[in-house]
Amino acid sequence: MSAATPDVGLDVPRTLDPLASAPETRRRPTSFGTVAATAFMIVMTVLWIVPILFALYVALRPISSTATYGYVSLPHGGLTFSNFTDAFTQGQIGHYFVNTVIITVPTVIVALVLASAVAFVLTRLHFRGAIFLLILFTAGNLLPQQAIITPLYWLFTQLELPIPGAVLYNTYLGLIVINVTFQLGFCVFVLSNYMRSIPDEIYEAARVDGADLWTQWWRLTLPLCRPALAALATLLTTWVYNDFFWATVLMSSGDKRPITSALNNLQGQFVSNQNTIAAAALLAAIPTLVVYFVLQKQFIAGLSLGSAKG
Amino acid sequence: MSAEVKATPTPAAAPATKRRRRRIPVLSRRDRVLVLIMVAVPLLADLMFVWGPAIATVGLSFADWDNLGGLGNIHYTGVDNYRFAATVDPQFWPAVLHNVIWLLVFIGIASPLGMLFAVIIDRNIKGSRIYQSVLFLPVMLSLALIGIIWELIYSPNYGLLNTLLGHTSDSNSIDWLGNPHLNLWAVLVEASWRQAGYVMVLYLAGLKAVDPSLREAAALDGAGPWSTFWRVVFPVMRPFNIVVLVVTVIESLRAYDLIYITTKGTVLPGLELLSMLVTQYILGQTQRIGYGSALAVVLLAVSVVPITIFLRNAFRREDAR
Repeated sequence: MSAATPDVGLDVPRTLDPLASAPETRRRPTSFGTVAATAFMIVMTVLWIVPILFALYVALRPISSTATYGYVSLPHGGLTFSNFTDAFTQGQIGHYFVNTVIITVPTVIVALVLASAVAFVLTRLHFRGAIFLLILFTAGNLLPQQAIITPLYWLFTQLELPIPGAVLYNTYLGLIVINVTFQLGFCVFVLSNYMRSIPDEIYEAARVDGADLWTQWWRLTLPLCRPALAALATLLTTWVYNDFFWATVLMSSGDKRPITSALNNLQGQFVSNQNTIAAAALLAAIPTLVVYFVLQKQFIAGLSLGSAKG
Repeated sequence: MSAEVKATPTPAAAPATKRRRRRIPVLSRRDRVLVLIMVAVPLLADLMFVWGPAIATVGLSFADWDNLGGLGNIHYTGVDNYRFAATVDPQFWPAVLHNVIWLLVFIGIASPLGMLFAVIIDRNIKGSRIYQSVLFLPVMLSLALIGIIWELIYSPNYGLLNTLLGHTSDSNSIDWLGNPHLNLWAVLVEASWRQAGYVMVLYLAGLKAVDPSLREAAALDGAGPWSTFWRVVFPVMRPFNIVVLVVTVIESLRAYDLIYITTKGTVLPGLELLSMLVTQYILGQTQRIGYGSALAVVLLAVSVVPITIFLRNAFRREDAR
């Protein structure tokens, strides 16, 4: 379906002579097509930012004001940060942030260590079945989570922890385990593609110098994979941070939930105060937005690594 | 193992004797143990928490089990669960239809829109970086958060949309997220808002990978930008098209978070999705593990198609090496 594509001016330059612009040193002369494309992008960009700015506006207004005048109104009664502070004091956003850190940091580290170990072995030691294992890991990450949740839920309620009476269900450890395992496939896929580009000669030289396998992996391969690891770490952090499904299904008690899934609890708690919910949601967005502005390149590089080699 | 660790410290000497298999370095005993650990730990985790449950889902779909009284209470019931889904369950076919609509909207609207964004940004018009940053912004946000901020837009009495349409009184307000004829489309707008940016980034990488001389050659042959794109650029981006297609299908099957936050976790008329039904049967008051599994198998079966396409695309070149 290309219905959305043609009427925006991309096809317009066809009527102007495309050759006419080619010899010019300026690559993009201001043609009708460019003007139309710019207009289209400005409209879309405004449409795209409106929901976020609108949420910010509502979050900055007292509930007494929006209850009287609606969300689309001048800021009667002024703007206030009280919704944001309420989200912290009554909504305990800070507590949920801590939960998120407890889950996300170990997940990213363990997933990258395990994935790089597998990827290293599968790409460096060309044993039979390596491709099969690679496919197994990669495919596992592509399954819809809901397709495996039923037995997984049961498994989590049965697997006992060393602590008496505790099972994997409803624990930080449980969420770390499932996030690591589920993200492993993607990381193995990306890292094995990346490691394959490291020339064999480097390893032969290392072996001549007496480097054992551990050294070849930890001291040689991992430093060479730093760009891929950085990109993956950025992606994983965002994905695990944004995870909603595992945390809502595999955790029963609200107070252990990480911030993203806790938003659902807050929705119940502040059911009559959308302004505070909006404030809480925007606070929850801050870490990912920081990642976005600081590490945008890493993030996009990670996505491209996953697709370009695919 | 420690006794023999130092016994064979010179694996580098070995390849000379086995020239035919020079790519396989002979491993010391310690290295072999290390290899075993490096593969076994992730593999066992993957089998235990991903593939095991996937297989168990298929098995349980032919059984009846309420998760009470232990594993002995599982009764084999053949294809009863599937028959019940297809003929009795009033939520099943709406859910299938909604998943299909979700997929069609992603393929027919969100993906072309994302591709269009990418093509325009790739032309480097003024302000491209700003457009790209803003259009990609929703991809960073969790779907739960997206659901919450869009509730403000769709709010019947206060919301942006009804205010613009002049439908804010109790008598004429439009309940975008409650009305079963509207709510799926309202949620799909939210989902596409995010998906388009995702597709855009994937295609931006694809467009950068296209050799510029191809376009120049096409232009010299008199092809306009329109036909250059569809006849030259688009076919060259084939691997990216496949990735986008796979991502689109899988995201459509996984659709869950937005619906859950919108319905507060219940299954609302108009917003039935297979993923929502599956979790309803394990988290609800009465657990129907077998029936929930049968619904999950439908998701699993459909997901096999994009997964196979992706794997063939990703690993074909490897065989050639």
